[in-house]
Amino acid sequence: MDRSKNYFNPYFGGVMVGLLLLATFYITGRGLGASGAVKNTVVTTVHSIAPDHAKDSEYMSKFISDDKHPMNTWLVFEVLGILAGGLLSGSLAGRLKWKVEHSPKISSRRRLIFAALGGLLFGIGSQLGRGCTSGGALSGMAVLSTAGFISMISIFGTAFIAAYFFRKNWI
Amino acid sequence: MGPLISQDIIASEWNHVIALLIGMVFGFFLESSGFSSSRKLAGVFYGYDFIVLKFFFSAAITVAVGLIYFEYMGWIDLSLVFVNQFYVTALIVGGVIMGLGFIMGGFCPGTSLVGAAIGKIDAWVFTGGLFLGIFIFSEAFPLFEGIYNSENLGPVKVYESLGIPRDWFVFGLIIIALGMFYMTGIIQKRVKKVEY
Repeated sequence: MDRSKNYFNPYFGGVMVGLLLLATFYITGRGLGASGAVKNTVVTTVHSIAPDHAKDSEYMSKFISDDKHPMNTWLVFEVLGILAGGLLSGSLAGRLKWKVEHSPKISSRRRLIFAALGGLLFGIGSQLGRGCTSGGALSGMAVLSTAGFISMISIFGTAFIAAYFFRKNWI
Repeated sequence: MGPLISQDIIASEWNHVIALLIGMVFGFFLESSGFSSSRKLAGVFYGYDFIVLKFFFSAAITVAVGLIYFEYMGWIDLSLVFVNQFYVTALIVGGVIMGLGFIMGGFCPGTSLVGAAIGKIDAWVFTGGLFLGIFIFSEAFPLFEGIYNSENLGPVKVYESLGIPRDWFVFGLIIIALGMFYMTGIIQKRVKKVEY
């Protein structure tokens, strides 16, 4: 078997991330996240290119303050860590390779179009729902918040229902 | 007693160093468990690979039990731990949009980052879409504002919403998770293997 296909047992990985998340709550009082850091990057980019526009925007202006730069936040550093940790794991397992991963039944082009659309929807949805799968669903469920459970059910429930219509992309 | 940073037991200067380290461990285990592959992730929706469900619920019950244990031992003050606000409509509509994004894109934001880290071009494109989506939301905010701010029930806990004691709820959650883990084995045997 190809070494690059050797993954950790998902229960082991899950329990390890569970312990990590527990430590995160113990140390910081908050959970993990991902989309929040992307939001801060978007706000910073717009703020650098068109400062007045960012300040006028009702949504973006929430995240701009004079004493704290939006990139100087916990989540941004955590996400930089995610990238580094992923790179480390991938390099140890021999998985570093530029490629478009897709089902043999579809073209790379089709895969990339759907990836872009999926990302776009996730971007919109994560802002409306105040958190993505990491910060909203996983961390939210871990603290037993109703919001976390509803978020998990609506994300995964919708994907299950819609899976039939997108089956050609995957199976 | 935790949380350490919010009570200044660890100096806030350490905050970002800790963030970087926590992120690294998170990214490492996400990638090592197979979350850098959209085809493995999508498997949960077609029954050919259940890593998402196994990983997600193992993690959730570990923390839920761990937090109760920490509180019991007097190691953490749970009233200082952040609990997500329950904005009913925004959460459901946002979740539905994210669910569509998940089945179309094959990633969620965290997993697309580890995919991008090992060179998956589809993960780069997904992340690009993510930036654009957040930008669109910001620009079109007046359009979403009504839903975004409506019906906030506050930081409610799920066992309060269901009206059952916390510890019984967590016990039930573990049983449900174990039941699902068992079911995935049966389903996976019946579903046609997908090569990826």
